[in-house]
Amino acid sequence: MNPINFLGRLGRTVLTALAALGRLSLFAFSTFTHMLRPPFYPREFFSSLLNIGWLSLPVVGLTAVFTGGALALQIYSGGARFNAESVVPQIVAIGIVRELGPVLVGLMIAARVTSSIAAEIATMKVTEQIDALVTLSTHPMKYLVAPRVAAALITVPLLVAVGDIIGIAGGYVVATENLGFNAAAYIKNTVDFLELNDVVSSLVKGCAFGGIAATMGCYYGMQSGRGAQGVGAATKSSVEAAAILILAANFVLTGMFFSL
Amino acid sequence: MIRMQNVHKSFGDNRVLRGIDLHIAKGSSMVIIGGSGTGKSVALKSVLGLIKPDSGTILVDGKPADSGDRDAFLARFGMLFQGGALFDSLPVWQNVAFRLLRGTLKRPVDEAREIAIEKLRRVGLKADVADLLPAELSGGMQKRVGLARAIAAEPEIIFFDEPTTGLDPIMAGVINDLIREIVVEMGATAMTITHDMSSVRAIADNVAMLHDGVIQWTGPVADMDASGDPYLDQFIHGRAEGPIEAVR
Ligand SMILES: Nc1ncnc2c1ncn2[C@@H]1O[C@H](COP(=O)(O)OP(=O)(O)OP(=O)(O)O)[C@@H](O)[C@H]1O
Ligand SMILES: [Mg+2]
Repeated sequence: MNPINFLGRLGRTVLTALAALGRLSLFAFSTFTHMLRPPFYPREFFSSLLNIGWLSLPVVGLTAVFTGGALALQIYSGGARFNAESVVPQIVAIGIVRELGPVLVGLMIAARVTSSIAAEIATMKVTEQIDALVTLSTHPMKYLVAPRVAAALITVPLLVAVGDIIGIAGGYVVATENLGFNAAAYIKNTVDFLELNDVVSSLVKGCAFGGIAATMGCYYGMQSGRGAQGVGAATKSSVEAAAILILAANFVLTGMFFSL
Repeated sequence: MIRMQNVHKSFGDNRVLRGIDLHIAKGSSMVIIGGSGTGKSVALKSVLGLIKPDSGTILVDGKPADSGDRDAFLARFGMLFQGGALFDSLPVWQNVAFRLLRGTLKRPVDEAREIAIEKLRRVGLKADVADLLPAELSGGMQKRVGLARAIAAEPEIIFFDEPTTGLDPIMAGVINDLIREIVVEMGATAMTITHDMSSVRAIADNVAMLHDGVIQWTGPVADMDASGDPYLDQFIHGRAEGPIEAVR
């Protein structure tokens, strides 16, 4: 390929990406300001709390329990190679609380919540319901976006906390039932080992990932093109973007918390 | 009351509105006719600011539509969308009473529900549809719920995008009478899009025909038959032969 063409294409890609990032930042900022200024829509907010938080519990619990169990098995067999089988409780605790809990919950929320928000809002856009909202003097950012993002900011850290506990419990069950660990010692090791900072980082990540997941769903929903294809494309892009941003944010936040 | 001056709007290469000039007097009923895809819905949405025109001015009461307090501006309007645009997560009565349940026009819930049921009755729907979800209604019923929502807060200016499409002839008659009544008794200003010539005659004070992005003909409904305009004649008589090409 002609190098000028290549540079041109690269430049265009970068510019498109930057423009998208700019639009996204503006959207996030505007969401934030709408969250703080009345009118508020409590009914929308509570139904979002229910949808995003309560109804995600089964998925989060199952993800966490299997991951915790598998992690215990892995560390036990991996640790055995250098006689370090005994660190299972500590590594499970750190692995789940600092990393796997928030990331897996974040990704499950992206799969479950981001997709449904994007599809719902995109369908509303395509069927003129968003236009109808505007003509009924209701701001879509306030009525649709702000309650969902606020609910995610509050519930996802709680889901992460639940996921952390269930994940550790999964490791505990496997370690005590299959790997011959002493139950009381396992719990003591876990509790002694975890620091406040580990838990705080977990919750902060949950908050950030929840915000990302809900914002991406709303953003791509509101940007949706026309027709069923538009809805499909919006849903796909929203989940992709949410997953990637969650993983990137995880890297950044981990760096901020633990590389002093 | 509403004045559109030289309004242009394109979507990419598709030049939909190419200089619309239209005036709707306060308390009158304007009906817009024109072929499918000529931009009638786009014209209505431009007045409401849902679509931003590329150029031209739209004045409401002499003031540009896009200036001033947007909430206060929109509070004066009711709009029936062509596709109904009901909120599918809310039951029928909450759709109708949407405006009365929140914002500046907020009423107690019982009262809002009563008004909703009364408006449903006016569009020929029984009270027992009030608690259904929009998806549980037929197309024509959804349209009428949309209509009830548009008139629920008794706005000064009402836009109806194809209010009788998909209704049986009797129901269409009921809706035509209702629109006429709203204009005559409540003094509202109405702008209606329709393809149904009997609706035109029933509800219009004035008629405007949109063709090729401009207002091809406008005048009082009484002058419509003797206009001498070949486009309008072809349209109102539904002839396949004439200056308007059938394939557009
Ligand atoms: N949001 C949009 N994006 C792109 N094109 C649009 C949009 N809205 C309308 N159009 C185009 O504008 C043209 C006019 O559309 P409009 O809906 O106003 O037609 P109409 O006169 O209301 O037709 P009908 O009688 O069939 O409802 C069409 O060609 C349509 O494809
Ligand atoms: Mg239309």
